[in-house]
Formats: sequence, structure tokens, C-alpha cells
Amino acid sequence: MPEIIKVNGLCKTFGKLQAVNNLSFSVNEGDVYGFLGQNGAGKSTTIRMLLTLIAPSSGTIELFGKSLSSHRKEILSQIGAMIERPDLYKYLSAYDNLKLFAKLSGCNVTKQLLMDQLEMVGLAERANDKVKGFSQGMKQRLGIAIALVHNPALVILDEPTNGLDPQGIADIRNLIKSLRTEHKKTVVVSSHLLNEIEQVATRILIIDKGRKIIEGTTQELLDPNQTVVDIETTDLQKAFTLLSSSNWVNHLQPLIDDKISLTLNKHQIPDLLKHLVSLNIDVYALQQRHSLEDYFLKVTSGNYVQPV
Amino acid sequence: MYNLFKLELYKIFKRPRTYLSFAAITALIVIIQIGLKKDGKEYISFVLADLGNSFEINGNLCNGYFVCFCILQLLLIHVPLLIALIAADMISGEANMGTLRLLLSKPISRTEFVLAKFAAASVYTLLLLIWVAILALFVSMAIFGTDDIFLVKNNYAVQIAKDDIFWRYIGAFFFAALAMLTVAALAFFLSQFAENSIGPIVATMSIIIVFTIFSTMSIPIFNKIKPYMFTTHMVAWKEFFDVKVNADNESIFGSIQRPDKIIKSALILIAHIIGFVGISVYSLKKKDILS
Repeated sequence: MPEIIKVNGLCKTFGKLQAVNNLSFSVNEGDVYGFLGQNGAGKSTTIRMLLTLIAPSSGTIELFGKSLSSHRKEILSQIGAMIERPDLYKYLSAYDNLKLFAKLSGCNVTKQLLMDQLEMVGLAERANDKVKGFSQGMKQRLGIAIALVHNPALVILDEPTNGLDPQGIADIRNLIKSLRTEHKKTVVVSSHLLNEIEQVATRILIIDKGRKIIEGTTQELLDPNQTVVDIETTDLQKAFTLLSSSNWVNHLQPLIDDKISLTLNKHQIPDLLKHLVSLNIDVYALQQRHSLEDYFLKVTSGNYVQPV
Repeated sequence: MYNLFKLELYKIFKRPRTYLSFAAITALIVIIQIGLKKDGKEYISFVLADLGNSFEINGNLCNGYFVCFCILQLLLIHVPLLIALIAADMISGEANMGTLRLLLSKPISRTEFVLAKFAAASVYTLLLLIWVAILALFVSMAIFGTDDIFLVKNNYAVQIAKDDIFWRYIGAFFFAALAMLTVAALAFFLSQFAENSIGPIVATMSIIIVFTIFSTMSIPIFNKIKPYMFTTHMVAWKEFFDVKVNADNESIFGSIQRPDKIIKSALILIAHIIGFVGISVYSLKKKDILS
């Protein structure tokens, strides 16, 4: 697959603050590239650099095989973006906002095209209502329609689920999936929530304090052999001792707080449960999570020391 | 860029705030016209009190041309405020709404963006001035009629024949357009350093008020900087109403006493406009959009 985005040694400083530090990554055509990091990790700064809103202090950005600095207009015409909250002209209707930004994107605007876009995001019935009366979710959906109206090859969504209710989050998730599968778009989506990214992304990049922490395909990073299971029981110490003296000892993690944690293949979970029952251990809760989540939380908790 | 310019105009004229300016200017002019219609003669008597002892002045002194002159003098501060209301919001308003980042991530150059926005602000400024001209000149002519105009200057009086006035107003309005475009350019320039329009509006008005005070005070230290302040040149429209006189001290039809002063002031204002817009382009091209 050809590279749509190629970022090399990207740095950005604001005064003494190093917002992005020697960041390199690439996004292939057809990827849903998850850009993950805590708030303030440098995700939005990087995205703004991809959209020429912020000038890099150093480093290079290539999109569609061309230098962003020398082919800015040509490249931006192939990108649809929603950056953080979708702020729009409140005194204009949804239709007028969409029409205005469609024209700015250089697209051949027809009423049918605009109504189709509004239909896609479920706003066709509110087309003539002024945006000032819209909820955050409706604005978010209109923002996505604006990002897609000119049929861009690359879609960049910065924190697209911010402020949305669970249904809104699910809608955005489905939309991102359909952008890849049905519309064959390349999508870059940023979030501070692993859960959100892991459900849609084909590749994931985790950044912290402007530096790349880890990058890989979702399959690599969310390896099913690296599932973490947390167990809550009536007698924690007894359960831990029994498990330590069983075949599960190699999966057992050090005892922390009020739960036992094991790292294993998710297909081993039923066997573990049966074993606990056979040991007469009362299990209150058994929760499955992923080791990447542990890693992500550790990295972004502030206590993490960057590996040399 | 033309497409961008049309979209900027569309945005300006879709906002209720735009029409508030037209409503405010209408209210102000109508109030002045009602006042002069009711008590115009007393006002004229007061203005010409000193001359009344030496000359016998007859005719319709409170005519449409005189009323228009009064209105233009009185609106010196109000019109810039209404222009700043829109021009100072052109970029700061976009930053405040959060639409600036969306606009600048579209395939348009920042130079085009600034020029289209300033062109749209200029159209608004010119339309506002045309509206002032319609109300202050044409409506006043209709209400008060026309006659010679009698203007009292610092140490002399000027009488201009009725048939020699209209073209002077055309010239004065063209010059006023240049002066107001300078205000628009200043407000527009300040607009990009703020994330809401209040700061640039207040800053624009503060600069105009302070500079106007410097321009009008005859203090030697201020006299040195007066020629460099745009406010000194903004009032040069009045030069259209200063005529040359012949040996008999009669006004020469179609003459202007200091046309060079008008040209010089116009060139200085144009230089200010180019300067403000040029710096705006340069500055926005270098700016990181963080809003």
C-alpha cells in the first residue's frame, strides 16, 4: 500500500515547551490510523501541522508523496478534517454552513450533494435550522459532513467523540469503519481513549510528551496472548497463594491493591475460571482487559520513565 | 480569491450585527435632522453670532448642504466605531468562533484569505458610507432644500455658491471613503492579534481618539508627530470646502484652496492602508493557529 502520510523527525516548540519531539511515522493508504495519547501529549499539535495550521520547528511532512510545504493547496484539497470541536457559524443554517465550506474546499456544489451529506449524518431534517440551536452531537455530525463533502482521500478526525453521548460515540465509530470499508478512505483519528481507538484503528501510534512511545498494527499491539484478567475474590491472599502453586504461576502478576491479575491468552480464561471454582475460591468479578491498556496507562500516568 | 471574497461578503451580510450599524447611523442622522429642522435657525444664529454684527446674511442658511456638513463633522467618531465593529471582527471573530482553523485548513492561501477578508470589510465600509451619503446629503437636500453654504472657519468665513457645492460633496465622500478604509485597515490589522473582537474594537477606537487629540492640540511637541498620524489626514475632506478668492475677495467657482493638501493626505492614507494590510498578510502567514 502506498504511503499517504510520511512524517520524519517532526519537532515543534512553543517557547520553552517542546510540544512535539522528533516524531516520525507513516500512514498507508486504506489505514485507519489511531493517534493515541493523553490530553496535551502533542496529538492536536501534530494534526495541526499536518493541516498547515502550525509550522513545524523542524522535520518534514509528505502527504500523497509530495512535500506539504511546497504543495500545500493541492494536498489540502484532498484532505477533510475535523479539528477538536466542530465550531461553525452559529448564525447560519446547517445547509448554509455545509455549502460555505464545500465551496471553500473547491467542490462542485449541488443541492443534491449537500442534502446527501446531511442525510448521511442524519441532519437532513434539520438542514434549514440555525446551528446555534444544535446540540454538541449534532454539531459534531455536521463537522463530519463538512470534512467529507468534497470526497477527500484522507480524513483527519481530531477527538471526534468528545462531548458525545454513547449513541453518538457508536455512530461515529460506525462511520469511521464505513469510511474505510465502503468508501475506501484513509482515516487518521486521534483520541485519548484506547478503548475508542482499538475498536476502529488498523494501526496505532501512542505518543506522550510529544514523543513516539510505540507504533504498530492493532493486531500486533492488541495481541490476544497479552490479555490481562483481573480477579476479585472473597479471600485474595488465599487465592493468590493457591494460584502461585499451580500451573498458572507463570501468568500471575505481582499482587497489587485488591485484585489478582494474570496475563494470558484470552482463550485460557474459561480454564482459569474452572480452576478457581475447583479450588473453592468465590469469584466476585473477572474482568478482561488488554496489556496495551496497562502500558498506555503506565505511559500516560506521568510516572513512566522513557526507555533508552 | 473571488470565490472567497463572495463568501466573506455572504457571511458579513448574514450577520444581524451588520444591520445594527446601518440602523445606528440612520438613527443618529435622523435625530440630527429632526433637531436642525426644529431649531436650525437658532443654531445658525448661534454659529454666526459674531458675523451677524458685521454682515447681513440672508437666505436659507439651514439648507441641505449645511446640514450635511454638520452631520459629517459630528459623525467623525461614530462611523469609525461602526466600521471597527465589523472590521475588527474579521479575523478575531473567526478565532473566537473556532472557524479560523477550519478555514485555514482548506485549500486557500493565507494571502488570499487576508485580502478577501479585507476586500469584504472594505465593501461593508463603502456601503455604510454610501448610506451616510444618501441620508446626510440627499435626504437633507430633500428636507431642507438647497442654497449657498456659509461656513465659519477659525479666522474667516467661506461662502460657496449653491451650484458649486454638489461636486465638492462627491469629492468629500470619496475622501471620507479613503479615511474610513484606513480605519477599517487598522481594525483589521489589530483583529489578528486577539481571539475576540472587543479588544481590537477598543484598541482601534483608543488609537483614533488619542491620535485625534494629538492632531487637534497645538502643542509644539505634538506638532512634530502630527504629519505622521493618519488622523491628521482623515479630516482633509474639509479642504473641498475651502475655496480660492479673487482680488475682490469673492469665491472662485470650482476652486479648491489647497488641492495639494488633499492629494498629500490621500496618498498618506493609502500608504497606511497598504501598510496595515501588508503587515496583516505577513503576520498571518507566520502565525500558528492555536485557537
